[in-house]
Amino acid sequence: MAATAAISLLQVIGVVFGGPLLVGLMRTVRCRLEGRVGPPVRQPLLELRKLARRQRMRPQRASWIFPLAPLVLVATTVLVAAVAPLLTTDPAMGGTADLFAVVYLLLLGSVALGLGALDTGTAFGGMGASRALTIGAVAEPALLVSILALSVPAHSSNLPTIIATSLAHPVLLATPQRLLALAAFVIVVVAECGRLPVDNPGTHLELTMIHEAMVLEYSGTDLALVRLGESMRLVVLLALLAVLFVPWGIATGHGPAAQAVALVTLVAKVALLGTALAALEVAMAKLRLFRVPELMAGGFVLSVLAVVSALVLA
Amino acid sequence: MRLRTLLRHTRIRAVTVEPPGPGAPAVEESAGRNRGSLQLRHVDAGSCNGCEMEITSAFSPVYDAERFGIRLEASPRHCDGLLVTGPVTRNMADPLRKTHAAVPEPAVVVALGDCARDCGVFRGAYGVEGAVGDVLPVDLEIPGCPPHPAAIVRALRGLAGT
Amino acid sequence: MAALLVATAVVGLAAAVAGAAAGPRLRTPLTVGLTVAACATGFAVAARVLATGGVVRFHTDHLLPLAGLTLRLDRFGALFVAVSAVVGVCALVFRLGYDGHGLSSRTASAVLPLFVTTLLLVPAAADVTTFLFLWESMAVTSLLLVLADHRRRAEVQSAGQWYAVMTQAGAAAILVGLVLLATRSGGQSFTVIAAAAPHLAPWIRSAAFLLVVAGFASKAGAVPLHVWLPRAHAEASGPVSALMSAAMVNLGIYGILRVGFGMLRGGPAWWWLVVMAVGALSALFGALHSATASDLKRLLAHSTTDNVGLVLLGVGASGLFASTGHPSLALLALVAALLHVAFHAVFKGCLFLAAGSIQQATGTRDLDALGGLLHRMPVTGTIFLIGGAGMAALPVFCGFVSEWLLLQSMLHGLPAADPAVAVAMPVGVGVLALTGGLAAFTFVKAAGIGLLGLPRTEAAAQAREVRASMSVGAGALAMLCVLLGVAPFTVIPAVAGAARTVSGIRAPAPLSRGWQLDLPGVHSVLAPGLLAAALALTVGAVALVRRRLEPGPVRVVEAWGCGRELQTANMEYTATSFGEPLTRVFDDVLQPSHDVDVNHVAESRYYVEAATVHLSLDDAFERRLYDPANRSLRRWGAAARTVPNGSIHRYLAFGMVALVLVLVVVA
Repeated sequence: MAATAAISLLQVIGVVFGGPLLVGLMRTVRCRLEGRVGPPVRQPLLELRKLARRQRMRPQRASWIFPLAPLVLVATTVLVAAVAPLLTTDPAMGGTADLFAVVYLLLLGSVALGLGALDTGTAFGGMGASRALTIGAVAEPALLVSILALSVPAHSSNLPTIIATSLAHPVLLATPQRLLALAAFVIVVVAECGRLPVDNPGTHLELTMIHEAMVLEYSGTDLALVRLGESMRLVVLLALLAVLFVPWGIATGHGPAAQAVALVTLVAKVALLGTALAALEVAMAKLRLFRVPELMAGGFVLSVLAVVSALVLA
Repeated sequence: MRLRTLLRHTRIRAVTVEPPGPGAPAVEESAGRNRGSLQLRHVDAGSCNGCEMEITSAFSPVYDAERFGIRLEASPRHCDGLLVTGPVTRNMADPLRKTHAAVPEPAVVVALGDCARDCGVFRGAYGVEGAVGDVLPVDLEIPGCPPHPAAIVRALRGLAGT
Repeated sequence: MAALLVATAVVGLAAAVAGAAAGPRLRTPLTVGLTVAACATGFAVAARVLATGGVVRFHTDHLLPLAGLTLRLDRFGALFVAVSAVVGVCALVFRLGYDGHGLSSRTASAVLPLFVTTLLLVPAAADVTTFLFLWESMAVTSLLLVLADHRRRAEVQSAGQWYAVMTQAGAAAILVGLVLLATRSGGQSFTVIAAAAPHLAPWIRSAAFLLVVAGFASKAGAVPLHVWLPRAHAEASGPVSALMSAAMVNLGIYGILRVGFGMLRGGPAWWWLVVMAVGALSALFGALHSATASDLKRLLAHSTTDNVGLVLLGVGASGLFASTGHPSLALLALVAALLHVAFHAVFKGCLFLAAGSIQQATGTRDLDALGGLLHRMPVTGTIFLIGGAGMAALPVFCGFVSEWLLLQSMLHGLPAADPAVAVAMPVGVGVLALTGGLAAFTFVKAAGIGLLGLPRTEAAAQAREVRASMSVGAGALAMLCVLLGVAPFTVIPAVAGAARTVSGIRAPAPLSRGWQLDLPGVHSVLAPGLLAAALALTVGAVALVRRRLEPGPVRVVEAWGCGRELQTANMEYTATSFGEPLTRVFDDVLQPSHDVDVNHVAESRYYVEAATVHLSLDDAFERRLYDPANRSLRRWGAAARTVPNGSIHRYLAFGMVALVLVLVVVA
C-alpha cells in the first residue's frame, strides 16, 4: 500500500519534471538539426519557475471557468500519471487504470481548456477552441479503435493487464496488428499534443494557431500551469506509448532495484521517442488545417486495419 | 529531406556574444526576477524596419539570442516586457499603451534603436508623437541606427540574467 | 401493489380533471401537485418491483370494450416507469415556475397530467389492446402539448403536422405488427404471444419484428424516421420537450426490447444487424447535426437521436451476441444499453429544462443570439454545464459510465468466430468514438457560445435568473447526473435485473462491489467514485499550489485585442462559426447550401451596396427521401381530387362497384 503510493508519487514527480525536460530536449534536438545552439535542455523548467511567480490576469467578462480550466488540465494529467502503469505493472489504483478512462480523462482536460478559451470572449479563443475540438473529435475514432486493437489480445482494456499480457507473450509485440496500431497511435499522439505536422507550438501568427490560440489570455501562474499541463500530457502519452508497445524494463513488483531499472529504461525510451518526434518535426511542414482530418482518417484506417488483421490472423 | 542536406545544416556557427556588464537598477531587478528566461513582445511603433531586420538577425542561428533563454512571444500576456522599435507615431501611441497594460506587472520596456530613444532622424515629423520614453517608462535603451545584433543580444542578456 | 398502480392512474386522471375544471390561479399548482403525487406512487411501485422482482397485475373488463384493460408490471417495465417518474417529477416542478408557450391554458393543463400518466402506464401494458390504447393516448396527448402554442407561432403548426403524421404512421406499423403476432398466436396477451412465438413461421416473426422496429424506432427518433424529432422537440415548451426526449423516446426502446427479446425471444442475427445499422446511422447523423446546429433545442433534439442510436447499437449488439451463443455478453450489452437509456434520460431532461429556462429568460433559442449567461443566470448556467458534461460523456458525470460499459461490451465481443460479430464490433467502437468526440465538441459549443463570453444581443444582456421552482426541477436532475456518475452501483443491480427479466438470460450480471464496476468473466474494472474523489482532491491540491505560488491578487483587465480599441460581441465566435470547420470536414455528408446575394450600387457594377450570405444546413434524409415523397403525394392527391367531380352518377357508380367487390370477397 505504502509502496504503491510511493511509486505513484514518484511517477507524478517524474512527469512533472520530465515533461518540461522532454520539451527542452525536443527543442534542443530541433535547434541542433537547424544548425543553432539553442537554449539549454532545462530551459522550460526555468521558464516555469519564472512564470509561476508572475502576476495572474483575467479578462473582465470571464467567469469562474477561466481560472478553473488550467487546474482541470493539470489535475487530469497528474491523475493519469499517478494511476498509469509507467514504472510498475501494479500501480496504485491500478484497477481503475482503464485505457478508455485515461482517454476520457485527457478529453476532460481538452474540453476544460476549450471552455476556458471561449470564456475570454475573444475571437482567438473561439478560433482555438473550434479548431482544437474539431481535430480532437476527428482523432477520437483512430484512438479508440487502436485501443481496441491493443485490448483484444489481452481481453481487457485495463492497462496493467495489457502490459502484463504483452510481457507474458512477447510474440504479440511484433505482430502486424501491433505495428499498425503503433502507427495509428503515433498519429493520434501528435494531434493530441499539438505538435507538427498538426500544429506548430512555436508560431507567432494567430491565424495559424490551434492550441496556442486557446491560451493567449492566460498569464503568470495560470500560464505556468497550462504550459506544465501541455508538457505533462506529451510525456505521459509518450510514456504510455513506450510501455504499451515496448514494455521491457517495466517492474512487475515494488522492489526499489526493479523500480530504478524501470525508471532508467522509461527515461531512455521516452527520450528516444522524443528525439525521433523532434527529428520528424524538422523534416515536415505544418499541414493545412483542412488536411489534418485527412491525416486523422488515415490513422483511423490504420487502426481498423490493425483490428481486422488481428481477427484475420488470429 | 535527404540526410546529407539535413546534416550539412547541423554545423553550429553561432557567434560568441560577450556577457553584459553591470546595468541600471531596473535591469538588475529584471535579471534577478527572470533568472535565465526572458520573453518579450516586439512592438513596431513606427520604425523603418531596419531595427526589425537586426532583431531577426539577433534571433537567427548566427547570433542566436535563444541560447540565452530570450524569446519573442505573440501574446503580451505571456511576456515579461516589451521590445519597442521606432519613434512612437500618433496612431500607434494608444495601441502601444494598451499593449503595455496587457503585460503582467512588473513589465520591462526596452527601447531599441536611436528612433526609440529620441526619435532619431524622424524628430519633429508630423506623424511622430514622441520617443518611447514620452509614452512609456523605459527600462533599457539599446543605441544604434540600427543597433548591431550582437549588441542587441548583449543588452537583452542583461535583462534575462544570463 | 396493484392498488398503488391503479392509484397512479386515478390520481393522474384527477389531475387532468382538476386542470380542466379549476380556475386560472389554481390550475397549475393543483395539476402539478396531483401529477407529482401520481409520479411518486408510480415510482414507489416501480421501485418495489425492481427490488423484489415480483410482478404487479391488474385487470378490469370495464374500461376498454371487448378486451378490458390489463396491466402487468415486471422488472423490465418497472425500470422505464421509474425513469419516467423521476423525469416527470422534475419536469412538473419546473412547470410550476414556467409560464410560457400556452401551457397555462385549460387544454394544456388538462392534457399534461394525462401525458405523464400514459408515460407511467405504457410499460405496464400487458396485452395488445391496452398497449395500443395507452400508446395512442400518449401520442395524442403529446401532440396536443406540442401544439399548445400554435396560435402565436407558425412553426409550431408545421412541427405538429410532421409529428402527427410520423407518429400515426409509426403507430400503424406497430398495430399491424402486434396484430399479426396476436392473430397468429391465438391471444393478445403478451404472455400468450411469448409462449406461442417459438412456434410461429419465421416469416411472420421477421415481418412482425421489422414492422414493430420501424414503428418504435420512429417514436425513438432513429434515422430515417427521425424527421419529426428536431421539429417537435424544439417547438414544444421546456417541460414538454424534457418529457418527450427523456421519457417518451425511451418507450420506443422499450417496445423494441419487449417484442424482440420479451416476446420473440431473440431471433436470427440479421434482425440485430439491422438494428445495429439503424443505431450506427442514427448516432452518426445525430452527432453531426447537433455539432452543426445553432438552435439550442434543435441541437439537443439531434443529440437525442445520437443517444438513441447508441442505445440501439447496444441493443443490436446484445441481440447479436444472444443469437450467436454468447449469453453473458448479450446480458452485458443489454445492461449497457438500458443504463444508457436511464442516464440519457437524466442528462437530457436536465439539458432541456435548462434550455427552457434560458428560452424563458432571453426569449430566444438561437445560440448566435446568446452569450454571457453564466454571469446573468449562474444557477441555470451551472445546471446546463453539468447536463452538458453528462452529454459529452466526461468522467465524473453519468454519461461516462454508460459509454464505458457500451465500449466494454463491444470490446469483449472480439475475437469472435462469427464474421458478422467480427465486423460489427469494430464498426460499433468507431461509431462510439466519433460520436463521443462530436458530443464533446457539441457540449463546448453549446455551453461556450451560449453561456460564456459577451452577450451577443440585448435580450441576452438583460436576462435574469429564473424562478426557484425551475431551478429546483432542473437542478435535481443535474445532481442526479453527478450522483449517478460517481455512484452508479446504486442503480446497476436494478438495471441488470430488468435486463435479465426481458431477455431471460441466466448469466451473472456486471456486479458492482462497493465503488467498483466489475465485469464477470472478463478483466475490466472501473471505479467511477474513486476516480471522482481522486480528481476532486487533485484539483484542490493544484489550486492550493497555485495559491501559494501566485505573487498577488488577480488583475482584472480588458481582453487582449491586439491593441485596438474595444472588444465587442461582434468579435466573438458564433455557434455557426464554431461549427464551420466541422461542416467543412464533413461537407460531403452534410452538403450545406451557400447562397450569396449581392446588390450593386445603381451607378456602377463595381461597387457593392449590400451583400447577403445565406447559409443553411438541412437534413439529407428530408431532402432525399421526404421531399420527393411529399411531392409525389401531392401529385397523387391532386390527381385524385379530379375523381370526385360532383356528379352524382359517378358517386352512385362508386357505391355499386364497392358493393359488388364486397359481395365477391365475402362469397
